[in-house]
Parts: sequence; structure tokens; C-alpha cells
Amino acid sequence: MRSADRPLSPHLQIYRWQLTSVLSILHRAAGVALSAGAILLVWWLVAAASGPGAYDGVADFLGSWFGLVLLFGWTLSLFYHLCNGIRHLVWDTGHGLDLRSTYVGGWLVVGGTGVLTLIAWIAGIFSWAS
Amino acid sequence: MRSPLGRAVGLGSAKEGAEHWWLQRITAVALVPLALWFVIAIIRLVGADVDSVRDWVGNPLPAIVLVLLLTATFYHAALGLQVVIEDYVHAELVKLGLVIIVRLACFAFAVAGIFAVLSLAIGTSS
Repeated sequence: MRSADRPLSPHLQIYRWQLTSVLSILHRAAGVALSAGAILLVWWLVAAASGPGAYDGVADFLGSWFGLVLLFGWTLSLFYHLCNGIRHLVWDTGHGLDLRSTYVGGWLVVGGTGVLTLIAWIAGIFSWAS
Repeated sequence: MRSPLGRAVGLGSAKEGAEHWWLQRITAVALVPLALWFVIAIIRLVGADVDSVRDWVGNPLPAIVLVLLLTATFYHAALGLQVVIEDYVHAELVKLGLVIIVRLACFAFAVAGIFAVLSLAIGTSS
């Protein structure tokens, strides 16, 4: 058996899901999503600089149900990547690497993401209504 | 018929790993306040018309922070996407091509965003 044909570890089909690994892959997924979201930001800025016609196109798109779903996913990804990114920065200092801390930190990130996303959208709806 | 170890011994590292890692962290630290500022700014702009948005972007402070945000965001994205590509794409040419495309695209989008902000701040846009 050549080394390249050996089964990979962890074997994903039989490996039990756990908070730590799910949050780890979600950090990447959110990062990739935010890269796409950054293009949306550039589109918005370029449209605003181009004038009312171009800007209305972006505003209509972002105000459509699809645009709102994108914006919600973007908010969720941003707060998740932000919270979990801070968790990563703490790890980079050598702290919080024991099993208990990774789970406590992980649930804090999940809670923080939910709360911040909720606050942002409630504030956004108030801002839109005023 | 050389072993993987045999192929690697003596090659040494590319001596760039630490810089990639370090810049990823520096841009991450910068993005914490920048992203929070951006979210708050966007919330305040929800439902604003095009003239209010143009006025806001054109003010010195938002313009400067937006340029910083765009710079840090696309630098951080280029570094992060490169790692994702290197981890999951194993065909050398495809990997190289994707890393180059990601780098160029991040640079181009950053330039486009910064130009849009500056044109509103300095007043060369229509």
C-alpha cells in the first residue's frame, strides 16, 4: 500500500461530531463566506461612488429577500468569525488550551454570536423604521 | 522510489511561514475594532438614501477607517483563503493557479473599494 492510499485520520464517516471540531470548520466556512461578503461591500462602495442609478441597483438587491438572507448570513458569519477569532488569539498566547477551556470558550462563542447577531438586527430594524 | 521523508530532507523550509502567520494575526487584531465600527456604522445607515451614504463615506473619519478596513480585510482574506486552498487542493498547478487568482482578486477588490472611498472623500466622482 502506497502511503498516499492510506485512510485519513480522523476518518470523517465514523468520527463523532464534537463542538470543538464543528466550531473549527465553521471558522473556515465563515472566513470564506466573509471573503465573498467583502466583495459585496466593495460593490456597494463603488456603486455609491458611481451615482444614484448604480446605487439603486445595489439597494434594491440588498433589500430583496435574497439580499436580506445574504446580509443575515453575513452578520452571523462576521460575529462568529470575530468571536472565534478572539478565541484563537487567546490560544495564540498559550492560554485556554486545556479541554475544559476549549469547551467553555466554544459555548461562549456560540452564545456571543447569537446575542450579537440578534442585537445587530434589532438595532438595524429600529434604524430602518426611524 | 524515494520515501516522502527522503524527498523532504535537506530542502529546508521556505522561511516564510512565520511571516504569513504573524501578518494573519496582526490583521486579525486590527479587524476586531474595525469590524465592530463597521457594523455599527452600517446599522446607522440602514434605509439611508444614496446622498446620505455618499456624504457619510466622504467624511474624513469614515473614509480613513473604511480604507483601513478594506486594507486589513482583503489582506486577511488573501492569507486565510491561501491556507484553505493549500489544505484542500492537492493538484500542484491548480493550487498554484488558485492562490495566484485569490491574491490578484483580493488586491483588485481592495483597490476598487479604496478608490471608491477616496473618490467620494476627495470629490472626483460624478
